[in-house]
Amino acid sequence: MSANLEHAEHHQPSGIMRWITTTNHKDIGTLYLFFSLLMFFIGGLMALVIRAELFEPGLQLVVPGFFNQMTTMHALIMIFGAVMPAFVGLANWQVPLMIGAPDMALPRLNNWSFWILPFAFTMMISTLFFEGGGPAAGWTLYPPLSLQGGNSMPFVIFSIHLLGLSSILGAINIIATILNMRAPGMTLMKMPMFVWTWLITAFLLIAAMPVLAGAITMLLTDRFFGTSFFTASGGGDPVLFQHIFWFFGHPEVYILILPAFGIISTILPTFSRKPLFGYDSMVYATASIALLSFIVWAHHMFTVGMPLAGELFFMFATMLIAVPTGVKVFNWVATMWRGSMTFETPMLFSIAFIVLFTIGGLSGLMLAIVPADFQYHDTYFVVAHFHYVLVPGAIFAIIAAVYYWLPKWTGKMYDEFLGKIHFWLTTIFVNVTFFPMHFVGLAGMPRRIPDYAVQFTDFNAIASVGAFGFGFAQVLFLYILYKALKDDVTVGEKAWDGAQGLEWTLSSPPPYHSFETPPKVE
Amino acid sequence: MKIIIFVLLSTLMPAVVVADWETNMPRGVTPTSIAAYDLHMLIFYITVVIGILVFGVMLYSIIHHRKSKGYQAATFHESTKVEIIWTVIPFLILIGMAIPATKTLIMMEDTRNSEITLKVTGYQWMWKYEYLEDDIAFFSKIDKDSNKARRLNSSIDVNKVEHYLRNVDNPVVLPTNTKIRILLTASDVLHAWWVPELGGKKDAIPGYINEMWIDIKEPGIYRGQCAELCGKDHAFMPIVVKAVPKSEYHKWVSIQKDNRIATKEN
Ligand SMILES: [Cu+2]
Repeated sequence: MSANLEHAEHHQPSGIMRWITTTNHKDIGTLYLFFSLLMFFIGGLMALVIRAELFEPGLQLVVPGFFNQMTTMHALIMIFGAVMPAFVGLANWQVPLMIGAPDMALPRLNNWSFWILPFAFTMMISTLFFEGGGPAAGWTLYPPLSLQGGNSMPFVIFSIHLLGLSSILGAINIIATILNMRAPGMTLMKMPMFVWTWLITAFLLIAAMPVLAGAITMLLTDRFFGTSFFTASGGGDPVLFQHIFWFFGHPEVYILILPAFGIISTILPTFSRKPLFGYDSMVYATASIALLSFIVWAHHMFTVGMPLAGELFFMFATMLIAVPTGVKVFNWVATMWRGSMTFETPMLFSIAFIVLFTIGGLSGLMLAIVPADFQYHDTYFVVAHFHYVLVPGAIFAIIAAVYYWLPKWTGKMYDEFLGKIHFWLTTIFVNVTFFPMHFVGLAGMPRRIPDYAVQFTDFNAIASVGAFGFGFAQVLFLYILYKALKDDVTVGEKAWDGAQGLEWTLSSPPPYHSFETPPKVE
Repeated sequence: MKIIIFVLLSTLMPAVVVADWETNMPRGVTPTSIAAYDLHMLIFYITVVIGILVFGVMLYSIIHHRKSKGYQAATFHESTKVEIIWTVIPFLILIGMAIPATKTLIMMEDTRNSEITLKVTGYQWMWKYEYLEDDIAFFSKIDKDSNKARRLNSSIDVNKVEHYLRNVDNPVVLPTNTKIRILLTASDVLHAWWVPELGGKKDAIPGYINEMWIDIKEPGIYRGQCAELCGKDHAFMPIVVKAVPKSEYHKWVSIQKDNRIATKEN
């Protein structure tokens, strides 16, 4: 241990310069995770502004224009600032540890892809203080509305370009690491599921992010250089933007969930004390979900007036995704089946993930049915659906991963009792927040409105109470992390008795250059 | 799940006793809205059954297969037979869903043989209605009372405003038992015309003319609003449809025409 520290000191400056110049996968992973946590709270505060305004009908707190800025920024920050960087942070920490590598393949690139983020988000968030305010056309930036915005638009587009750049660099690094730096004997079909899901996610990122960059660049030239790609009066087509955007947007949805699948597939076997059921079919299911994600985009826009044949094609293709997704859920249940289960905090979050993600998946199946979607589209039913797959989906998986690997990263154990309290508060409030949204959506409340007809009052009030409860529960999470670092309850190499994988063969915390000599995988 | 959440919520918030606990899609009054509703309920029940089965197995396992009960872990980790079964069965269920969905969709998209045509144009932030056969046109926007009450800190109790945010100055009048073709477009940004009880929504897009049809089976007043984010007053462009029997509708049409001639002569 001390030898390792000495070794480390040869390489790195101390203090703030350590973090700015670091090329170490663990340092960069930590940076990503802290950054994600910060963005999670900023995006969360915006969500609370939204929920506070929607607590009762009438406008009490903000004007509609600012409300629209909040919904737009909340989405951009949560997607690009909280969920994606959290997954990249987990990949940075875990991929080298899980494949038996000393570090990532491209460490300087790694430093770059992180340090782009704080600048991009500072620029994006600063637009809220511009005259005319930040972006207010929704995170989907649909023209012509997005072309009407104030001066914020070029800044937001530039920051999204930077975020895309960061994601693509990160993805290249992950692919290079996984394909080149696995320990001898670790064939592709022996890789841990988390590594597999990230490999596939990285390909999705490389394929999808440039498409977004293209779409928003066309917006930019429409606004400032007189083109009319999306302006009907100039011969352009506003619907074209939606097609391009969702060609990026649907793979993006899976970018936000596939690594979560990998995390759940890692945690469940540990606490079931039984190997993952159907490893091969899990890999194939993940790959088929990724491929299908490129041919279902138009299900986000069934109401734009596509030809019947188009509507049928996208309906069938979307329904088809239920098959590999179902395989995943069934495999998880089969992994638990006849295991010898214990219910530590990461396991609790994983089980809640399966239940609540499945609810979100089933409402997604309902949304695929075009005639019914004509009613659901752009209502709170959709808001309920995607929050079920993103909050108790992606975010629960991230929280589970942090509890699961924190002992490995720090060598210290969190307070299990507080962890369980955190779990129950979070799970109860997430449902109090998002379940009633199904009801108001079906009853006819559109999304993205700051004020509503009085028949929607009760469920909105409940959702708002839930949202504040959820927010406060996350402050407890902060305290648990702080307490774990302060209390110094140390753990050995293997924090969980049922854990499998190379990361548990290293000390906790692992040495600076994780595996200096590659381990043998038989 | 719904029931559990319901119990949970009602214990949490005893104060807001049943005022309006509308939890489902309205069945509506047009063939398209009823078809959408039936399909919605069918798929909903299928997903409920799937949910109960999957969560039931999970719950059984969570209760019985615990280390604290001394349960020894099995070692199996694959079974081709089982995996094929749970790939094929969902596929068959999906086909079972796709058939009625396809039929309904074909019916919904068939706008032929309509008797009258209503053209709807979305503006920031109002609607324009044009009756193409009868050459009637007017704008329809949020009513004065709602518009006053909706201002930030207006100090008007919105619960006392009649049909708050769901009332307009000029409602659309339409005949019952008539196949009406609706043409949708917009003059500035995207909007979407949606009255839940009359069926689904469709986007109003500048440069496009979208089509949908309705056939209102019961006279009445049906309310809805713009469903596609269209700027700061997106929440404040309601839609009110007044459906009346054919004879009354024809009377209304001739009054509109007389009014128009009168205004022209002035
Ligand atoms: Cu509108």
